[in-house]
Amino acid sequence: MKGFAQLLELLALTPSRNRKIEALAEYFGRTPDPDRGFALAILTGALTFKNVKPAVLRDVVTREVDPYLFGLSYDYVGDLGETIALIWPHHGGTEPLPSLTELIELFNTTSKAELPALIGSLLTRAEINERWALVKLSTGALRIGLSARLAKTALAQMSGKDLQEIEEVWHGLTLPYGELFAWLDGKAERPDIDHAARFHPLMLSNPIDEEKDIEKLDPRDFAAEWKWDGIRVQLIASRGRVSMFSRTGDDVAAAFPDVVESVFGDGVLDGELLVGRDFEPAPFNDLQQRLNRKVATQKHLAELPAFVRVYDMLFDENADIRTLPWTERRARLEAWFGRHPQTRLDLSEVLAFSNWEELAEMRRRGAAEHGHEGVMVKLRVSPYVPGRPKGLWFKWKRDPNTVDAVLMYAQRGHGKRSSFYSDYTFGVWKGNEIVPIGKAYFGFTDEELKQLDKWVRQNTIQSFGPVREVRKELVFEVAFDSAQQSGRHKSGVALRFPRINRIRWDKPAAEAATLDDMQVFLEAT
Amino acid sequence: MAQPFLDRDLRVKPINAWIDPPRPQGRAIITHGHSDHARPGHGAVLATPDTIAIMQERYGPDCAGSFQALDYRTPLDVDGVTVTLYPAGHILGSAQVLLEHEGQRIVVTGDYKRLPDRTAQAFELVECDLLVTEATFGLPVFQHPDPQTEVVRLLRSVEAFPERAHVIGCYALGKAQRMISLLREAGYDVPIYLHGAMLSLCALYEERGIALGELRHALDVPKEQFAGQIVIAPPSALKDRWSRRLPDPVLCMASGWMSVKQRARQSGVELPLVISDHADWNELRQTIADTGAHKIWVTHGAEEALVYHCRQQGLEAEPLNIQAFEEGEEEGD
Repeated sequence: MKGFAQLLELLALTPSRNRKIEALAEYFGRTPDPDRGFALAILTGALTFKNVKPAVLRDVVTREVDPYLFGLSYDYVGDLGETIALIWPHHGGTEPLPSLTELIELFNTTSKAELPALIGSLLTRAEINERWALVKLSTGALRIGLSARLAKTALAQMSGKDLQEIEEVWHGLTLPYGELFAWLDGKAERPDIDHAARFHPLMLSNPIDEEKDIEKLDPRDFAAEWKWDGIRVQLIASRGRVSMFSRTGDDVAAAFPDVVESVFGDGVLDGELLVGRDFEPAPFNDLQQRLNRKVATQKHLAELPAFVRVYDMLFDENADIRTLPWTERRARLEAWFGRHPQTRLDLSEVLAFSNWEELAEMRRRGAAEHGHEGVMVKLRVSPYVPGRPKGLWFKWKRDPNTVDAVLMYAQRGHGKRSSFYSDYTFGVWKGNEIVPIGKAYFGFTDEELKQLDKWVRQNTIQSFGPVREVRKELVFEVAFDSAQQSGRHKSGVALRFPRINRIRWDKPAAEAATLDDMQVFLEAT
Repeated sequence: MAQPFLDRDLRVKPINAWIDPPRPQGRAIITHGHSDHARPGHGAVLATPDTIAIMQERYGPDCAGSFQALDYRTPLDVDGVTVTLYPAGHILGSAQVLLEHEGQRIVVTGDYKRLPDRTAQAFELVECDLLVTEATFGLPVFQHPDPQTEVVRLLRSVEAFPERAHVIGCYALGKAQRMISLLREAGYDVPIYLHGAMLSLCALYEERGIALGELRHALDVPKEQFAGQIVIAPPSALKDRWSRRLPDPVLCMASGWMSVKQRARQSGVELPLVISDHADWNELRQTIADTGAHKIWVTHGAEEALVYHCRQQGLEAEPLNIQAFEEGEEEGD
C-alpha cells in the first residue's frame, strides 16, 4: 500500500507527462502480481466496490468529526476524499496497512454492517499519504489528472510493446490482468480475444480553424455530414450478441434495449445515439432523460424511442476494414444496410457541396432551422485511426449564440479550483428583477478566474454556505449552443453548453439582455 | 466580565492605540514584522526590539514617527493600561500582547505556534479573560505533521534527483530562516543558495544571533552548479523567469497550506512541504482551553469553524471579520 500511495502522490503532483509515465512503468515493473493488476484497475477507473461508497466513508467520518465542521472543511478543501484523509482525527497503530490485493479482498468480503469499523481502523492505521490513497481508491474518484491512456502508454514503455496493440486487447481483459502482464513480460502469447466482440477505440475529430485550415484544404478531398447532437456510440453485433459502448468504452446497452434488440447483422458500427420518432431527432434534453437511467422504463421506451444514426463502419461482418479509406468504408456500410434492413439504425446523410462557402451556408441554415451542432468534415482517403489524429476529421461547429447576462451567484469550485469562486449563475432582466438562466464554470483563463474570484469576494452581499450572492453589476457575454424551455429556472429558460465567452467589465448591468431577448433563441430550436 | 476595553477593530480604547492596524494610526502596538501586521506610516510604534529591527530593515529606519522597544515579560504602563509582550513562537520577535486594565486581562495572540523553532522565541501561555486568537488554520483538516518528517522527505528527493535543483518557495521573513534552520538541524551542512530577496533578512537573523550556516547568493552561478543543491526563493519566483537559471528544478513549497494536495497541484508544486508557522487546529483548541479565557474573539482566517467549536465548549465566541484580512495566502503562513 505504501508504494501505491507514493505512486499516487507522485502522479498527482508531477506536472511532467514523461515523468508520470516513467513512474508508472517503474511501479508496474517492480510490483508483483496481482497487486500491480489491481493498481492498474484503480488507475484506469476499472475497479469499483459494491459496498464501499463515498456516502459510507462520509458516515464513518461524521461519526468521529462534527458534521458541521466536516461541512466547512469540505467546502474549503473541495475534494471529498482529501477532506476525509486530512480530517480523520485518530492516528497511530503499529500494524502496517495490508497490501492492495488484501485490501480489495477485504472490501469485497466485509459485510455492509462491518464496513464502517473496518474503514475506521484502516484510516487510523494509515500514514497521512496512505490515508489519502486509501480514501481515493475506496471512493473511486482519484481526480489526479491521470488518463487510462497514460497508464497504457506506461505499459507500452515498460514492455516495449506497441500502444496500439495494448489498446486492442484492453477491453477484453479481466481483473487483475494476469494474462496482460504475462504477455507484457514476454512470458505468454498475446491474450486471445474475440476480435469483433469488443470495444475499439474511436476516431475523434479536431475543431476546424476557419482562419488557417479552410484556405489550405481542397473541398473535393472531403466529405461532409451533419454533426448530430446526441452521444457517440459504438455498436458491436457479433454472433447474435449486440453491445453498445459510449465513447469512453462504457457499456450503455442496458439503457437502450430498443436499439440493441433491433440490430440485424454482424459488424462494428460508429454512430450517434439519438431519441425521436421516425428518425427525427428530438432535443438533447430528451436523450438526457434516458441517459440518466441505467435501465429503460416502459414510459421512456414508448415516448422517447432511441435510434442510432450510423456514419462509419470498423468491421464489416468479421472483416477489419479500418485501414480502408473512408470512401470504401462508406460504400461497404451502405451495402451492409442494403443486406440488413434496420428498424432503429439509419445512415447519416452525406452532404453535397462544391466549395467551403456553400458548406458554411448549409451549416448556418442547419443550425438555425434544425438545431444541428454544425458539420463534420472528413478526408475521403482517410483510414479509421483511433485517437485524435491531425488533419483527417474536422468538426466545424456553428457559431455559438451569445447573450449578455448578469452575474448573480458564485460558488466555490471543486478539485483544481477548490479555493476559487469559479461556478457562476447568471441571469437576464425580467422587468425590474434579474432571473437566472444558467450556470457556467468555464470559458475564462486562470488569470481571469483570479480577477473574478476577487470581484466576487469584494461584491458579496449575502452568503449561503458555499454560495455567495453578489451585487448585480458584472456582465458576462455567455455563449451557448441552444436555449430550451425549462421548469427548473425561474426564468423558464435553460441554456445548453453555456460558457463565459467574455467578461464585460466595461458593460453596465442595465444594458444586459432581457427575457424577451431570449425568445428568438427558443423559437430557433 | 465588564465591557472589554478593546474594540473589535483591535483598538485599545482607553489609550487609543491599535494592535496591528492595517492603516496608519497615531499609536500602534505591532505583534510581528509580517506585512499584513506591520504597516509603515504609524505615529508611535511599540514592539519587541526584533520586530522594530525587522520593520526598519523592510520599510526604512523612519517608517514610523517613533519606536519604543519593549522586551518580553516587561510590563509597561501606558496611561493606565499595562502592556506586556510575551513570545508567540511565530517568527523572530513575534509577540502576544497582554493588556491589563481595571482588573481585566486581554491577550491578543497575533500569529503564533507552539512547536519548537530555533528561529523564534518559544511561545508562552498567558492566562486571560478575553482571548483574541488567530485562526489561519482554524479547520479540523489542518493537523500539521512534525516538520522534521517533511525535511526528511525533501532530503530524500534531493538524493533521488541529483541532476535537478530543489527550489523551495518560502516567504522571505520567517519561513526562509526556519526552513534553513530545520535543514541544519537535520544535518544538512552544505551551502544553501538564496534568491536575492532573502539576503537582507537572513543577514538580520544572523546578526541577532540565529546561526544559519553557509548561505550563498544564487546570482551569477553557472547552471550546472545548482544540480543537487537546495535553493530558497520567494513563492512568486517559482513560476517566474528567475527559476530558469536552475536545472530542471523540483518546485517545492514550504507552507501549512500544502497539506491540501489539490492546492499544491493548483500552484504547480511538485513537492509540497507541510511546514507551518501557525498553530494547527489542535493547537488552537488547546491554547483556547489553556488560557482559561471565557470570551474568545477569532480573527485572521477560518473564523467560522473555530467560533463554532468555542461555542460548543460553552465559551462566548465571536468572529471579528477584520476587513484587511480576508482568507488567502498571507505572508508567512
